[in-house]
Amino acid sequence: MSGILMRASNVTAVYAAATGQDVPAVDNVTVEVPEGKILGLAGESGCGKTTLGNALAMIANPPLYVVAGKMEIDDHEIDLSTLARNSNEVHRGYRGATVSLLPQGAMNAISPTLRIRDLVVDVMRAHDRNTTKADALDRATDRLKMLEMPVRVLDQYAHQLSGGMKQRMVTVISTLLNPALLIADEPTSALDVSSQKALIEMLLAMVEKRIMRGVIFITHDLPVLSMVTDRLAIMYAGKIVEAGPTEELVNNARHPYTSALLSSVLDPTEETRTKHVLGIPGSPPNLGNPPTGCRFHPRCAFAMPECSLKEPQFLHERDHSVACWWANDHAFETVPMEVNEA
Amino acid sequence: MRDSTDSGVPVLAASHVTKQFRVAGGHLTAVDDVSVEFHAGKVLAVVGESGSGKSTLARMLLRLMPVTSGTITYQGKDVTHIRGGELRSYWRDVQAVFQDPFASFNQFFTIGHTLRRGMRAEKLEGDTLDALIETCLGYVGLKPGDAVHKYPHQLSGGQRQRVMIARALMMNPKVLLADEATSMLDASLRVSALNVMQDLRDNLGLTVLFITHDIGQACYFADEVVVMEHGLIVERGTTDEVIFTPKHDYTKRLLSDVPDLKGSLKVRKD
Amino acid sequence: MTNISSSAASAEIEGPIVPQAPQAPEPKAKPAWRSLNFGPRMWVALGMILFVVVLAFIGPLFYPYAPDQKVGGLYDAPSAEHILGTDNFGYDVLAVLMASTRNSLINGLLAGTLAVLIGVLIGVVAGYVGGWLEEALMGITNIVLAIPAIVILILISMSLQSTDIPFLKGIVGLALVIGITSWPWTARAVRAQASSVATREHIDVAKLSGARTPGIMVFDVLPYLASYIVMAWVLQLASAILAESTLSMLGLGPSGTNSLGMQLHWALAFQAVAVGAYWAFLPPTIVLTLISFALLYLQSSLDEVFNPRLRRGKKKDLARAAARRAEAARKLAEQIEGRQEVTA
Repeated sequence: MSGILMRASNVTAVYAAATGQDVPAVDNVTVEVPEGKILGLAGESGCGKTTLGNALAMIANPPLYVVAGKMEIDDHEIDLSTLARNSNEVHRGYRGATVSLLPQGAMNAISPTLRIRDLVVDVMRAHDRNTTKADALDRATDRLKMLEMPVRVLDQYAHQLSGGMKQRMVTVISTLLNPALLIADEPTSALDVSSQKALIEMLLAMVEKRIMRGVIFITHDLPVLSMVTDRLAIMYAGKIVEAGPTEELVNNARHPYTSALLSSVLDPTEETRTKHVLGIPGSPPNLGNPPTGCRFHPRCAFAMPECSLKEPQFLHERDHSVACWWANDHAFETVPMEVNEA
Repeated sequence: MRDSTDSGVPVLAASHVTKQFRVAGGHLTAVDDVSVEFHAGKVLAVVGESGSGKSTLARMLLRLMPVTSGTITYQGKDVTHIRGGELRSYWRDVQAVFQDPFASFNQFFTIGHTLRRGMRAEKLEGDTLDALIETCLGYVGLKPGDAVHKYPHQLSGGQRQRVMIARALMMNPKVLLADEATSMLDASLRVSALNVMQDLRDNLGLTVLFITHDIGQACYFADEVVVMEHGLIVERGTTDEVIFTPKHDYTKRLLSDVPDLKGSLKVRKD
Repeated sequence: MTNISSSAASAEIEGPIVPQAPQAPEPKAKPAWRSLNFGPRMWVALGMILFVVVLAFIGPLFYPYAPDQKVGGLYDAPSAEHILGTDNFGYDVLAVLMASTRNSLINGLLAGTLAVLIGVLIGVVAGYVGGWLEEALMGITNIVLAIPAIVILILISMSLQSTDIPFLKGIVGLALVIGITSWPWTARAVRAQASSVATREHIDVAKLSGARTPGIMVFDVLPYLASYIVMAWVLQLASAILAESTLSMLGLGPSGTNSLGMQLHWALAFQAVAVGAYWAFLPPTIVLTLISFALLYLQSSLDEVFNPRLRRGKKKDLARAAARRAEAARKLAEQIEGRQEVTA
């Protein structure tokens, strides 16, 4: 496992729906985070990326059950499944200290009656009851100075801070214990572009200073991912459809879904001004009753007969992997964009 | 029907419009002496971050919120203080689509009921009404059979937003105001919704007011752009002018902070 | 009006604006009522209420004795023939109990429903319309709320006793009085909710569709308050029953009719406690307690029905589900052996 910080294999997580049926939100997914790098997890609503984040952070709660999965991190091998009676005790040791989750909407979940420093003390004490207030605050102060953030924020209440500052503070607090891996779920979604940029810069600085040794950045926003990630994995309907170095994926997408997502990106450039994009027809499948074979085939412009019959096997081209029958037939070819133009 | 294709006469205009809210300890000025004209048959984007006042301006233009001072003119007529029947006829010409596709629906009504609701005043019934529903839904890519008997929670987010656009179309408006209408949609659906609105401009001559925080979307389909900051308009012009040759510092900073797909890659390489 | 239809017909729109994809067959949507979760508490509460209702309305059909039939002497102890003995008038206590329960329930229903109707009307109008109308209505509400209800009730019911209008004399009159004095609580609660619903987007859409204020209040605001209104109604029922009992016990109720409070009144007047005639006051007390408790319990269980986050599943269901999942996991693990791995 040289050069790899964390490897999670065969993760499967299901939701117990009210109808009694179990819906697999994450289906046999394997991810790797290289040491000192940021992995981006991209996909649209319902693809399972948040569920995967929760499963990896070991905080899955009923009605979400992690049915299978193994995590290898730092010479530890952890069973991610939440079915065993003692799974909670096992996971508790790693939660927050080895793998830390920064959930979506964390910045709005700060208790309005606490000052930031009280929150810091609470979080530190939750892991080690013997931490003194002074120690906790010292640690926080040092961290803020290291990241060039104003220390006076510790004395303020959440409502006194701007959205961007709140998000940066929760990011700092969730990493005070120097977790090996930080999983950040949509950290930039509710922020203005300037706050977004500040948060991204802070995350990159934190990785460079080895506060965390790896980050999984979950979002649907591809331009943000191209700014912050080294590696990118695209999820669709609970499965990973393509993964590879960010630059390669953006310039040479091998899966039709990735290509469609990329062409749907609207950034203020000359290209956006002149292009006409059709979007992707249809809507994501019902995970309780997914399409046969490749889950994307009903919406795919390149669908071939075998796509509806067999689930695609993975094709590995160096460090770029893709699960697609069309890609299999067109080795190393980028998905053409013409079909998307009107 | 008045021909408002003469670009000299704006179809909708705000003149020195201000909105102040009373808050603990004084006033909050959400919109500060804003004057803007919207020309017929064009898409105008109002771009601003949260707190810029763009949504407040939108609500005042829609006459859903009273102005503190200033005037709003529609086709040359002052509509700032109209009420009752006059207001209802204004709302036949000026329609809107809002941000949250689910909250925009009365969850207790079927889609068909919601669509038919606006038509009661027109005394449209039976086959004519059904035909109109079919046309409007068809325009956004939906078939009546897919939606009319369903409840909002049975449709997907993208479908709901499209139904909302169809609902607005049924009133036969001349102006469509989209207030962050695409913000809650996934990227691929967003593009489809923008295409629909662009088509409304091209084929029906509708004037579209697109309120957004995302300057990239404005770049895709707007003809003119207005940039707001803290209740003031800081820049205005055609899309090419504002996005590729911005003059105001705020616009410049906004554009440089927005991550762009290919450009961001080069930055990281260092 | 024909703008869209004619242009759509004549314009050359190449194909659908939004491309369609073949849709997988959708699972049938569940009917709305199935998603309501009736927990065990609700069934217990309903059971208790059903018992009281049967006692009041079905009991008299089978019980041989009438409430105004002299069957014994003053405070005869319970016997095989008269399970609850006789009261101060020599009437069968159980017969009187059935009649009183019936009257108390009717009173509760009338008064509670009236209070809720007034409260909802005032609350919705005040909450939705806002402005000076809201100030005025809430001012009235506060005034009615501030005056001690019991004082008004006593004063009005005293004057009701001397009225000439026949139907106002009995239980109906009292119900009306209780109804028009106990609505403020509901009005306040409903106003707060209506005021919050009025800020939602679907209201703006309704306005843009040309709907008028009365229509919006009935179709766009009221349905969203349904859970509050139902819970308020149940509470008003309980409080109306208790209010009537209090008045009657004090001797201010309709003297001619039987009610749970009146039974207690006679028990007090004839010193049943001192004499040791527990059968004269214990049964009405128990029934009164039962019906109040049942209604309040129902109200708290309804909270669970309307607010899914409060639901707690039964332990054995969860255990069964966990076992199912462990089995599924084992099967999945076997399948995974044969599948190719994905490396992201």
